Amino acid sequence: MIRSDAPVLLEIRDLRASVEEQPILKGVSLTIRAGEIHAVMGRNGSGKSTLSKVLAGHPAYRVIGGSVLYRGEDLLALEPEQRARIGLFLGFQYPVEIPGVSNLEFLRVATNARRQQQGHDELDTFAFEDLVHERLKVVQMDPAFLERSVNEGFSGGEKKRNEILQMALLEPLVAILDETDSGLDIDALRIVAGGVNHLASADNATLLITHYQRLLDVITPDYVHVMAAGRILRTGGKELALELEESGYDWVDAEIERLEATLAPGIALEVG
Amino acid sequence: MVAIPVGELRPQARTSPGQHWLTDLLASLPPSDIAPLASRQRQAREALAAVPLPSRRQETWRFTDAAAIPLIPAHPLEAPSAPIALPAPQPGVLRLVLDGRRDPLAGLTLPAGLERLAPAELEPLLGGSLAANGAAGTWPVLLNGALATPVLALRVGLALPTVLELVSDTGAATGVLGLRVLLVLEAGASLEVLEVHRARGASLTSVVVEARLGPNARLRHGLLAQGQAPQPGSIEPAGSAPAAPVLLHHLAVVQDPASELELIAAVSGFGLARLEPLVVQSSGAAFTRLRGLQRVDGSQVADTHSRVLFAGPDGRLDQVHKALADGAGRSVFNGAVIVPREAQRTDAAQLSRSLLLSDRARIDTKPELEIVADDVRCAHGATVSRLQQDELFYLQSRGIAADQAARLLLRGFCEEVLADLPAPASLWRPLQALMGEDPLR
Repeated sequence: MIRSDAPVLLEIRDLRASVEEQPILKGVSLTIRAGEIHAVMGRNGSGKSTLSKVLAGHPAYRVIGGSVLYRGEDLLALEPEQRARIGLFLGFQYPVEIPGVSNLEFLRVATNARRQQQGHDELDTFAFEDLVHERLKVVQMDPAFLERSVNEGFSGGEKKRNEILQMALLEPLVAILDETDSGLDIDALRIVAGGVNHLASADNATLLITHYQRLLDVITPDYVHVMAAGRILRTGGKELALELEESGYDWVDAEIERLEATLAPGIALEVG
Repeated sequence: MVAIPVGELRPQARTSPGQHWLTDLLASLPPSDIAPLASRQRQAREALAAVPLPSRRQETWRFTDAAAIPLIPAHPLEAPSAPIALPAPQPGVLRLVLDGRRDPLAGLTLPAGLERLAPAELEPLLGGSLAANGAAGTWPVLLNGALATPVLALRVGLALPTVLELVSDTGAATGVLGLRVLLVLEAGASLEVLEVHRARGASLTSVVVEARLGPNARLRHGLLAQGQAPQPGSIEPAGSAPAAPVLLHHLAVVQDPASELELIAAVSGFGLARLEPLVVQSSGAAFTRLRGLQRVDGSQVADTHSRVLFAGPDGRLDQVHKALADGAGRSVFNGAVIVPREAQRTDAAQLSRSLLLSDRARIDTKPELEIVADDVRCAHGATVSRLQQDELFYLQSRGIAADQAARLLLRGFCEEVLADLPAPASLWRPLQALMGEDPLR
């Protein structure tokens, strides 16, 4: 839902970042307003997953330029946990298994960290159980998964449902979903996408990072951005995703080559 | 009753400070007058004088600094000035307090299926499991033989619903305590044991537990070794740290076919803790499950030397050993698995997982597989790592602060072992004790 007067939630300006001294993001700019759903598409290595990790504050990535404002606040100055508490959420492409840590307890501690930030009371074990059972319905998840260790032995689909369950509990203002569709069969994709659609509202925004059109068949984006070599090459509406599906990413190479030539003549093309 | 002249105990050749410590200790011990133990004790005292104290010159102590042993005052453990307060036992638990002095069974009516072995029954059995495991002549076992006068010897004849809790707590007392236990599980019997050893003074607790599992018998054995750094007191010379408690523990088990042994051990807080779980599957075809967890901090040393011998075919072993090393602590694990020619179709898996939490800590971990039989499955693996950045980041990305995330991960690492302890173990707050954060003590 595009409303030009909606408040800006995330303002990314000329963001540059590297990992192990290798530049990956080479100037990404993106403005996300409340109520919007954005999709960032691109091939493997285009930098789209890096963008999500930099926004969430992964310590392996170093920001070397640009800025990110979250509701006007300098996001990059905050620790990862603080970013989460004020309402940024990253749904992982590969959710991490944590043996020995109960999923239920993990969810409770995370939910209370967010609630505390919002000035709400912390939920005790009983109150939290009520809340979590209600939110389980969003992703049609079996309560048995609460008793297990975080993501341990979960199938790919169960891990992604657990991610969306966390999103349903944390109620973020900006949710970045990194390849949420990868490894899902069509039924699981529908359930996960249904959860995301259910949680999307006029007050929050969603940034979908994806490789394929098929996620966008079930979650309709307001904007589609095509990313390559660490930059956003083109931005359009949902029809851009369909166009990509038809023509593939080959046109991207030519465009990148032209761009690199104008930016730094004589320097060979680096596809990150 | 034979008193040994002190002069006879002195080794012929060089005497090291450790040997002087031993001589002083032996001279301070009262002679035993309990038949049939007196002659065994005399033999152990004689043998001990000829065996050097553990040191890194010996292969099985190569990575383990045993310097803490001769720092313990060389006399029998002093009587506590006040009785040690222990948390009240949970329902369904039979608690036996072992202090090396009193008979823990005195005045007790034992539940049906549990009985004390008569001296005549004890004599041929005592030392049998140690000998079968090749441990009868090692220094810690000889020391125990020289010290321990009463032996707690029990026979289990059926599936005992009661959990047997064996507790020693030396408190802040100093000196050397020897404890000896013999458990005989008859065919089809089953028993849950929870052994708890606590200490916070300059004390050495020497424990030898022997167990004999008949066909189809089941023993589930929890071991909590909860040491604590001593509080600085007035007895030490100014400026020197008080000696930290030492635990030397042997569990020697002989398993008959179709028997099951499960050992879950959690060790922390001792200046030096050395655990030697030793198992022989006498004719193979038994199941052994070993779970170990040890944590070191400060200058503590914790060492687990396990050994499982399959003396027949179709035996199974499932072993996981975990370690946390913080401060300048040292953690040692040596896991021997011996599969001779007759042990065909053995299925053994051993995994060692260690977390290095400080740059000054050290971890030595070594699987030691001797496999002669050709038709076997023996898996082993060892990892030493720091806390995983990806796991920390995942928790942080959900609003959990870095230090709380690290605590959650460490707790998870420990819970994987602690969750298997017999239920009454919760009374002893195993996780808090392990992490050194038990406010109750």
